[in-house]
Amino acid sequence: MRTANHDGAGARVELSGWGWRHAGRAEYALRGVDLVIEPGERVLLLGSSGAGKSTLLHALAGLTGPDGALTGEEEGRLLVDGQPANRRRGAVGLVAQDPESQLVMARAGDDVAFGLENLGVPRERIWARVDEALARVGFPHGRHHPTAALSGGEKQRLVIAGVLAMRPRLLLLDEPTANLDPAGARLVRGVLARLLADTGATLVLVEHRVADVVDLVDRVVVVEPGGGVVADGAPRTVFADHGRTLAERGVWVPGVDPAPRTGRAPGGPALVEAVRCALRAPAPLGRRRRAATVLRDVDVTVEAGSATALTGANGAGKSTLLTALAGLAKPAAGQVLPRGPLADADPRPLVRWPARRLARHVGTVFQHAEDQFVTATVRDELRFAPLRAGADEAEAAARADELLDRMRLAHLADKHPYTLSGGEKRRLSVATALSSGPRHAPDVLVLDEPTFGQDTRTWVELVELLDGLRAQGRAIVLATHDPLLLHHLADVELRVADGAVTEVLRTGTENTR
Amino acid sequence: MNSAPLTETAPPPGRSRPGGVRSWLLGVNPAAKLITAVVLSLGLIPAVDPVTGGVVLAVTAAVVPFSGIGRSTLLVLSVPFLLMGVSTGVVNLLYGQEGAWGAFGAAVRLLAIALPGLLAAASSDPTDLADALVQRLRVPERPAMGVLAALRLAPLLADQWRTVTLARRARGLEAGRNPLAALSIFLGKLFALLVRAIRTGTLLATAMDARAFGTGPRSHARVSRWRTADTLLVVAGPLLLGAAYAVSAHLGTLRLLFG
Amino acid sequence: MTSPAAPRPGHDRTTPLHWRTVDIVVSAVIGVAVGLVFWLWSALWSATTGLFAFFPPAQAVLYGMWLVPGVLGGLVIRKPGAALLTSLAAASLEMLLGTGWGVSVLVSGALQGLLSELTFLAFRYRHWGMGVAVLAGVAGGISPAIRDNLTSHITWPLSHQVTYGVIVLISAGVIAGAGSRLLTTRLAAAGALAPFPSARG
Repeated sequence: MRTANHDGAGARVELSGWGWRHAGRAEYALRGVDLVIEPGERVLLLGSSGAGKSTLLHALAGLTGPDGALTGEEEGRLLVDGQPANRRRGAVGLVAQDPESQLVMARAGDDVAFGLENLGVPRERIWARVDEALARVGFPHGRHHPTAALSGGEKQRLVIAGVLAMRPRLLLLDEPTANLDPAGARLVRGVLARLLADTGATLVLVEHRVADVVDLVDRVVVVEPGGGVVADGAPRTVFADHGRTLAERGVWVPGVDPAPRTGRAPGGPALVEAVRCALRAPAPLGRRRRAATVLRDVDVTVEAGSATALTGANGAGKSTLLTALAGLAKPAAGQVLPRGPLADADPRPLVRWPARRLARHVGTVFQHAEDQFVTATVRDELRFAPLRAGADEAEAAARADELLDRMRLAHLADKHPYTLSGGEKRRLSVATALSSGPRHAPDVLVLDEPTFGQDTRTWVELVELLDGLRAQGRAIVLATHDPLLLHHLADVELRVADGAVTEVLRTGTENTR
Repeated sequence: MNSAPLTETAPPPGRSRPGGVRSWLLGVNPAAKLITAVVLSLGLIPAVDPVTGGVVLAVTAAVVPFSGIGRSTLLVLSVPFLLMGVSTGVVNLLYGQEGAWGAFGAAVRLLAIALPGLLAAASSDPTDLADALVQRLRVPERPAMGVLAALRLAPLLADQWRTVTLARRARGLEAGRNPLAALSIFLGKLFALLVRAIRTGTLLATAMDARAFGTGPRSHARVSRWRTADTLLVVAGPLLLGAAYAVSAHLGTLRLLFG
Repeated sequence: MTSPAAPRPGHDRTTPLHWRTVDIVVSAVIGVAVGLVFWLWSALWSATTGLFAFFPPAQAVLYGMWLVPGVLGGLVIRKPGAALLTSLAAASLEMLLGTGWGVSVLVSGALQGLLSELTFLAFRYRHWGMGVAVLAGVAGGISPAIRDNLTSHITWPLSHQVTYGVIVLISAGVIAGAGSRLLTTRLAAAGALAPFPSARG
């Protein structure tokens, strides 16, 4: 096969006493790391959130120098093939999790050629290498295909092609499937598997969904936040010896799934109903034509005391349906109407409700927590909704304090919301959605990918919190790809695909229809 | 970002162009189009009479059927274009001191100044334009690539703006009729978008760095070819200007900005 | 043995003349983001009212917003050429989205950016406070103040043209100058400017 070993022998990685501290932080992300990776090894790098795994990959890629975006202090030694990591030679390839922020050019072939141009490869040889890279990842379109018109999985494949075209000897993958739907993730994992079969490059992979990739690697290295390597060996050995401790620290260990305590759904009256809705994805920028109708004849009922999950590929209309049910966007046809106690507040379709009233009854938690922060301190975020609802200062402060304690954010009360860690931001965004309703929570809580990027501890916390809210009789609506979440929490699963919404699962609730 | 609104018919390099002569402008080097457009636009400013502008406008408009720009693109672009003309006419009519005829003349002149640039943009793909600027006009390469990369993020930023707007409503923030509240909310959204944009930009910069961007002299995968037709176009610009001025002077209608 | 990968905070990282990729890309992205927002906003406004098209004072009062990219880029990135690059990026986006001016917006974007750039240069790229920001805004506004009078308002009496120009300059100073400066402060407070010297505010 022509592509065999085009990448050359793998690179050798050597770290001794290596540590890194980000500029402006007090603690080291990693410290005292001693690690040797032989050429051609496949390593899975694990550790709880904040354990500096991405930082290590960036350092290996040579991105932590003074002309990089990452600034901070380094200690110890980090050598790739006996020399300090250096991005100049293109010997190291890095694939990060969000394909949107890794594609540079408007046309697929041009993007793959980008790296080759940077290396100064003569033009006569560029396009042959581009075609070869595209073939290796099984890219289904031609060179001139616009990058904006690709699905998530295809975009990530294109990113990988761009990296492969440079013939790296060390391949670094930082959660390459995290932003993809299950189909896209499967696609990319397939590409990786095929790739590993015919390349001699060394691989270092960071991945949350460990179970999916454990077959691709032959070595697992576990690091801890602020420390160094705490476990190192073959996957089976490491998981057997350290599986439990790792799972406790938040790592997703295959075979040791978190077990949240959830109860039975009490069920209740319908609160929101989508009647004969047609939904259209928002028109992409620059296209004057109206976007095609994505979903037709949608009839969905959301009941109190139950959790409804929307599943389906990205782009199938999940988010559009979710925002319509939350009363934030107008359906192209049909209406999303309040029912039962909600209809008593206001009988009009939800999208016509004034925002204040909507926030009191329907709370929405967005996938990117920062999108919904509107003030400059954590405490103000939680006081915001009660104040707008007409509570006086004292009452608003009391409600905020209560939520701060409940969501374990009290020690962050005066910090700017944007400066929190990922998990803290998630808790805060959930707290803001809860802060607006009477009795400390709105009747309906809508969440978009709530367990995205969570470690096991925050995952359990979130699931138990949602279960508690459900037990109180609130309605939960989620859009998710997470099968474990579906298993533990979902009472109704609605699959969104091919222009329609079909009910896939309904576990027993008090009110069966 | 797909340059769909402006270049729906721009053929990818290497493929045969549709309809030869009728899409002649598409094959012209974007740098040549840029130069000619700028020369014509700037060159018309000193002449404030409608005849000079009219000549240039007529000739430029005559190029439109041969520009290879798709019908729908033309339709879409004609809206802001004509609106500009009408707006200029009205504004000069209401506030100017030369009456209706002067206002009409001002509108013609404005359209003449704008049209060459419009055609140049509509018949050029952004990547090709960037290549032409870098390879032909010696524009520094790193900034040009940086701008191209940022433009590619535009649909993502638009999405983020949409989400931020929805999130405002979800938090109970809506302007209603209060313009001050609307402004405050708008600024809050702008702030949120900028934070996201800076973060996305940083990630993109990291990805570009990881692909050895800026580590040495770059080669070019796409060549920006300069043909005789391009030189002819560049020469034609000043010639057309000269002819327009001459016609206007000959007809006695020429009026200059100063004197 | 600790070797700082970059100088301690408190010093300007790297020499001001060395442009990292992140400086270039974020400059451009700021231009595109701000340009996008104002483009969408003004498209919405034009669609709902004819205010901008037929009532120049309204256009002039809000003109400053088109000058935000240049000043904001300079204040955030703090390197020679940042204002120019950001302004060009915003203009490129406008061109891409489709305007009646086509490539000519690149010329106006370059001019506006250059004028703001010269202001920062006049202060040796060392001062980034409110005063400098306002001046940079006003400087950028000189370009449209003159250009609009030469292109769209050609038959106006001089007094009208001067009034228009002055309104544009004031708008530029307030919206582009003061507005960008306030925005930079808030961004720094949110920790969004970590890779840049403006992180300290």
